[in-house]
Amino acid sequence: MRRVAALAATAAKAVVLAAWLLVTLFPLYWIVVTSLKPKPEIFSVPLRYWPASPTLEHYAELFSFADFGTYLLNSLVVSLVAAAVVTVVGALGGYTLARFAFPGRGALVLAFLVTQMIPLFIALGPLYLLMSDLGLLNRLAGLMVVYVAMLVPFATIIMRGFYERVPVALEEAAQVDGASRLVAMVRVVIPVMLPGIAATFVFAFVQCWNELFLAITFIDSEDSKTVPVAMNSFITQYDIDWGSMAAATVVSVVPTLVLFAVIRRFIVEGLTAGAVKG
Amino acid sequence: MNRAFTLRRARFVMLCLLPGVAFVAVFTYYPMIRGAVIAFQRYNLFDVTATPFAGLENFRAVLAEERFWTALRNTGTWVALSLFFQFFLGFGLALLLRRHFPGRALYQAWVFFPWAMSGFLIGLLWRWMFNGQFGVVNDLLLKAGLIDERIGFLATPGWAMTSVIVANIWYGVTFFAIMITAALQSVPGELYEAAAVDGASRTRRFWHVTLPHIRPTLALIVLLRVIWILNFPDLIYSMTGGGPAGGTDIITTFLIQQVIGGDYGRAGAVGLLVLGLLLSFSVFYLNATRFERAR
Repeated sequence: MRRVAALAATAAKAVVLAAWLLVTLFPLYWIVVTSLKPKPEIFSVPLRYWPASPTLEHYAELFSFADFGTYLLNSLVVSLVAAAVVTVVGALGGYTLARFAFPGRGALVLAFLVTQMIPLFIALGPLYLLMSDLGLLNRLAGLMVVYVAMLVPFATIIMRGFYERVPVALEEAAQVDGASRLVAMVRVVIPVMLPGIAATFVFAFVQCWNELFLAITFIDSEDSKTVPVAMNSFITQYDIDWGSMAAATVVSVVPTLVLFAVIRRFIVEGLTAGAVKG
Repeated sequence: MNRAFTLRRARFVMLCLLPGVAFVAVFTYYPMIRGAVIAFQRYNLFDVTATPFAGLENFRAVLAEERFWTALRNTGTWVALSLFFQFFLGFGLALLLRRHFPGRALYQAWVFFPWAMSGFLIGLLWRWMFNGQFGVVNDLLLKAGLIDERIGFLATPGWAMTSVIVANIWYGVTFFAIMITAALQSVPGELYEAAAVDGASRTRRFWHVTLPHIRPTLALIVLLRVIWILNFPDLIYSMTGGGPAGGTDIITTFLIQQVIGGDYGRAGAVGLLVLGLLLSFSVFYLNATRFERAR
């Protein structure tokens, strides 16, 4: 009797989990299917849950009618450079916060944490004026700079956490051997932290890759558009070409999906590190 | 010798911190402070030759707008309903994922996928699924016999709000599931053993061991989440643009419309109001949960 009940419970659990998986994945499936349907099939009833005559025409359109290659390249350059700078700046700052006690350290951490609570777009107007004064509008360099500022607090605080897990003795041993502090950091500490550093880099990259509001405020010239800016201009008041939009969605989400799959474990750690204390 | 050493140390600390501090000061704090000043000026992007001090004029103009109050009410609905369902569904999922089963890691990886998408893309995805003519949601509901004719989800005010909240719930459940899973794992196993020795049932163990232990973490997660949902105009922006007729406007989409409209004075005022809302909520909430813990 008891075994039957346990079996029923397991089965119920499996059904619920399967249902949730279906709910999670169906929208992704649907956008892929839409991107593969020829236009008349997208806008016809009854809906087909599998394309009758699959086609890649929408993907081809992205690169022929729209200049999607340029947008992808812009997004890639901005995200790579910004993420690299964020990682280095975060590594330096996080190290200092983890290893030295100095006046104002608490205030600095607080000032960084506050920026995580307040979205940057709250100051979108003044930021636009500043970028205009600095001649950084419509330039990829301008986006890079703002993205670095947006992500430095997060990177610094998460890196501090990683450093705190590296025993100080490891560094001291290197310093006793005559290495300077910076050399000790680069040769001894950094290799131990490599997974954490990689995770920070990827996370920053994805944030830049996905960012919308700052980009649409600062960029409107064709050759500086990033992918979200370009997709935003696909949206017109009454009409969206859903075939191209679906294809663009798939193309822009694939890199982040792959990256997130690679570092998923670290993201979970990063997300929970701040909030969960045993 | 010792003095030189500390000087060198101080220099090292300053050099390491300088880049980060400089970026954040110039591109985050400076615009925020300037925004707070502009809130008290007449400042329109299309006429920046005259920006006179305007006192509380911008605040009065914002507070007199019907759309602002609609946005504020909608913000309440948006945050409360999104949070409620994300929390309880996420908690349920975390409890199901608590014990190891074959394929658990793979399962977690798959349900994690919405996190790789931006709010903007998620809004687009659901905008298409909720399409009134060719949307798959209508099709599925018709097939299931739950509705007799297609619904213009995003064109009808009540339905539009429901739709954006459904999209947000879909997005946020995994976050709660992950955070709560981590919290559950932080409960020491000995506590359960002790409770089991005392003959406590599973339900009793949950209410008297698990829940009290993870309560502070839950409180913190909920606070972070409320702030985050409030600051999340991306999904609404691409799904409905705040429409129809302001029906899905929340305070942050309202703010972005002010910026796009070029009235930076008003945008600054709305920004300060959002900030005030965030701060007073956080203080109120932290006080309430501290009271809870002290009791």
